[in-house]
Amino acid sequence: MHKKVHSWFLLFVFGLIGLAGRAQDTANGKPVEMADRLRADGKIYVVIVVLVTIFLGLIAYVIRLDRKISRLEKGGK
Amino acid sequence: MLGKNWWKILCVILLVYTIIFGFLGHVPAKPILNETIRNLYFHVAMWFGMMVLFTVSVVYSAIYLGTNNPVHDIYALEYAKGGILFGCLGLITGSIWARYTWGSFWSNDPKQLGAAIALLIYFAYLVLRNSMTDMDKRARIGAVYNVFAYAMLFPTIWIIPRLVESLHPGGIGGNPVTNDIDNRMRVVFWPGAVPGWTLLGVWIVTLRIRLQLLAEKNLSHA
Repeated sequence: MHKKVHSWFLLFVFGLIGLAGRAQDTANGKPVEMADRLRADGKIYVVIVVLVTIFLGLIAYVIRLDRKISRLEKGGK
Repeated sequence: MLGKNWWKILCVILLVYTIIFGFLGHVPAKPILNETIRNLYFHVAMWFGMMVLFTVSVVYSAIYLGTNNPVHDIYALEYAKGGILFGCLGLITGSIWARYTWGSFWSNDPKQLGAAIALLIYFAYLVLRNSMTDMDKRARIGAVYNVFAYAMLFPTIWIIPRLVESLHPGGIGGNPVTNDIDNRMRVVFWPGAVPGWTLLGVWIVTLRIRLQLLAEKNLSHA
């Protein structure tokens, strides 16, 4: 029983520390607006997937160009 | 094939890491900046890439002055062009970022002005080269000018913006954001964004060099 109270107390203290940590990221007492909800809703993943797709598409293009130039360097067509 | 191209694979891995953790990783919540602090991984990395490309360019110009080998001139020219591309991207992305944090695309901030001047000096490098038809003269004067252009990078973008008041971090007054960039951002920026974007620049530059060398070869055979 005593042990249980002890751990609840610890949890409370750490929770407070955590809140204090969050409270540092404020301006004039108001929390700074970040895209927390955007990430919570999961939609940011869609943007990342789109961006990675475009990036890999461009890289595939560069790789093809690289291979083409390699072929030219070997004297083939 | 893999042995010689390992750095291209590394480049892709680093940039995918940068894109994913650039958006998902932790950033400090700061007023005005909000999520735009993530531009560090993209906008700031452009300037680091530019510095590396210009440095390689000036080294090849110095080598050219010693050897008079036109291949070294091609290397110097293409690395300078790559640096100019990264510099332009840095300037444009910086303006976009500034519009939504400092209030306007261009605020005559000393670092903005310095970067613009530095790029104009590099544009003059291309113009100067194209004003000469004699190949040796073009390469030689180009190489000497490139040393001057590189030397001018230091006062324009490194020294002067730090001596005066600036909206950018590093200047007097104003922007203390570099103090807030914590280790969770550094592990994306230093091992990911900076070498990743730089390697992509080097990759594209080497493609142009190889094309240029092929064109030279065809010209001498014809």
